Amino acid sequence: MTDDAVIKAALLAIPLWIGASAVIRTRWTIRLPAGLIAAIVIALLAVTVLDRGTLSYLVSFACMGGIYALLALGLNVQWGYAAHLNFGIAGLFAVGAFTTALFTTAAPTGLMANYTQQVFGLEAPFLVGMAAAGLVGGIVAFVIAVPVLRLRMDFLAIATLGVAEIIRRIFQNERWLANGPQPLRGIPQPLHCVTENPACGWLPDWAGDALKPLTPGDYNYLYVIIITLVLMVTYLLLEHAVRSPWGRVLRGTRDEEDAATMSGKNVTAVRIQSFVVGGVIMGVAGSLYAHFLVTIDYSHFRPLFATFLVWVMLMLGGSGNNRGAILGAFIIWGVWSGTAFLTDAIEPALNVISSDLASRAAYLRWLLVALVLTGIVLFRPQGILAEETIVSRHLLDRRRRKQGQHRVHERAT
Amino acid sequence: MAEDPSYTSSDDAADGPYAEHAAGEQRIGERIRAALASRTAIAIAIAVVVIALVTLAQIQGTGWQRLLSLTIWGITFGSIIALGAIGLTLIYGVVKFPNFSHGGLVTLGAYVAYTVVTVWPGQSAALRPLSFGWDLVVGLFVAMPVVGLVALVLDRLVYRRLRRQQASLVLFAMASLAMAFLLRSVLYITWGSDFHFYYSGRANPAMALPFNIRIQADQLFTLGLAITLVVALYLMLERTRLGKAMRATANNPELAQIRGINTEKIIGWTWLLSGALAAAGGVIYGLASQVRPEMGFYLLIPIFAAVIMGGIGNPRGALAGALIVGVTQQVSSAFISPAYGPAIAFLLMIIVLLLRPQGLFGH
Repeated sequence: MTDDAVIKAALLAIPLWIGASAVIRTRWTIRLPAGLIAAIVIALLAVTVLDRGTLSYLVSFACMGGIYALLALGLNVQWGYAAHLNFGIAGLFAVGAFTTALFTTAAPTGLMANYTQQVFGLEAPFLVGMAAAGLVGGIVAFVIAVPVLRLRMDFLAIATLGVAEIIRRIFQNERWLANGPQPLRGIPQPLHCVTENPACGWLPDWAGDALKPLTPGDYNYLYVIIITLVLMVTYLLLEHAVRSPWGRVLRGTRDEEDAATMSGKNVTAVRIQSFVVGGVIMGVAGSLYAHFLVTIDYSHFRPLFATFLVWVMLMLGGSGNNRGAILGAFIIWGVWSGTAFLTDAIEPALNVISSDLASRAAYLRWLLVALVLTGIVLFRPQGILAEETIVSRHLLDRRRRKQGQHRVHERAT
Repeated sequence: MAEDPSYTSSDDAADGPYAEHAAGEQRIGERIRAALASRTAIAIAIAVVVIALVTLAQIQGTGWQRLLSLTIWGITFGSIIALGAIGLTLIYGVVKFPNFSHGGLVTLGAYVAYTVVTVWPGQSAALRPLSFGWDLVVGLFVAMPVVGLVALVLDRLVYRRLRRQQASLVLFAMASLAMAFLLRSVLYITWGSDFHFYYSGRANPAMALPFNIRIQADQLFTLGLAITLVVALYLMLERTRLGKAMRATANNPELAQIRGINTEKIIGWTWLLSGALAAAGGVIYGLASQVRPEMGFYLLIPIFAAVIMGGIGNPRGALAGALIVGVTQQVSSAFISPAYGPAIAFLLMIIVLLLRPQGLFGH
């Protein structure tokens, strides 16, 4: 096994470990070591069995899947737990992406200023950019939520669809803001220097030597770790939140608004809070997307890619279930990417029918995803994983204790 | 569809020693709110927006004549929106969900007419001073039933199943979003992503009217067609049995069924009508700009704004809303980029929603 394969396996083991520890459902003391062993085995297998190109394709697939999973989690807070029909995910996603780009790139000077215009460029670190993206996403969500959240659900859908379209038009038409119709380039990638030669100054010498085989082309092996970490932190925070009293008020407001009001809960505030929390998560997802792609422009934030697909993901995975959101995101992202191969494969056949048709084969993917959503709506509206009925971690603990007692009892008899 | 209960209960959080005082204030607040929700207040709000637009245009140095022309263009644009909005509001009223695929039906109408024009034997001569010939008129009369049937088929395949399952509003909305993308992908696969004109390179000079108003004959045709269709629809709703049954179904489906109305049949007719009107809107919208795959989606926000402003399920309201949206959108182009037209429509919609969620003509 070559040096770079070992390094890649080691890097891959980290996100796999995080993922495996989430999937295995036992107590932490077993979960973490078992996850680690599974991760190392899978990582080693992956680098030995798969060829270079396939492996790096899978890694960038995982990056995009993770970003979509984050969007689906954000939507789940809004829709799954609070029944806000948000059809404007693309808008919050775009706001996050452009905010982080403005915060982390340098303001163009000299000759460059002729080609790139942007309102400011702070050259801030990645984490600052991500925090700013989350903050601005939250602010925009708040501005949308306050006037329209108290209205009927279908009005909210229309209003958010409109807001997202307006946000996209602002980024398209205002050149001074973020280069308008021209792409905004050169968004820095966090920890990119690790893959360069010589590596970052702050890395100890031994680590720099060990990571030497990595080339800048292998950057995604690092970035997938960052995405997985953000995804996992968000997931854990949300799981904690929805089982907290706040989460119960949220579901109570969703299911029995009058009852929640009568219990003295400030229903409007809770609804706005959940919309804002979702907005923050979508902003952060936008930031991860911008740093992943390096170059962004307004056309990335069309409703198809940034709103419709996310809805299909959440509906398929199961709304009101955070695991479902993540699962649905990866499945639909797999379907979407997989159909690219499918259309490539059938292109020669279509060419026989008509050359026009072959060039339009890409749109067959839209058709397929639209049919998938129709199927879900008609035949399995609750998704793969239905909503978990246990709304409190105290209840969960009590149930576990009961099951434990039951088991002890069984053993005794 | 019930009014959002939190609308009234959202701000009575006052209690404790000041409760009595607060209650008194709230009564004043309610009175103010009731005054703001009146039709007059909304008319004033809209008038203020229009005056602000005109003032802004004046500051930018736009002449009165140009403003007048923009207003007339706004009325023609408004009549295109109206054809979409009336169809949408009928569906909203009878089937009770926001149909996000309505834009797709508009686009489909334009493409069907375009296909008729391209397969027409020989190039049809223009009916001067209009820029188009009989082929487009035939295209219009082909597109309307075809798109109506497509809408009906979608209902029978998708929405009727949801109705049978008594699915929630959300599933209807999701399904219509799916249908929007389904229609769009079919449009892309069948006709490609290129922009088309019904006739390439045919001049369409503006006629000079008194007061230096410049307007194309096509725009007058658009206006005439919209007026004809709206009047026909109005007569149908008011005078015929079908129209009465439709209004009864919209008001109270259970009661309508008890009275012996076959509501499924009425819903079918509503889809046919809604699709046909959308198609007519699409054909004349293609005449005003180009035939392109996203044209209907571009209209979707103004259409929804018009429907909501007018009061959901109310054709008269949709017409009024469409004219307001059309005029403000065109006049605003005197001082900001036309790309922000939908944003203006949207702003008006939010103002109306906040003041009077049931819309201008709602109860």
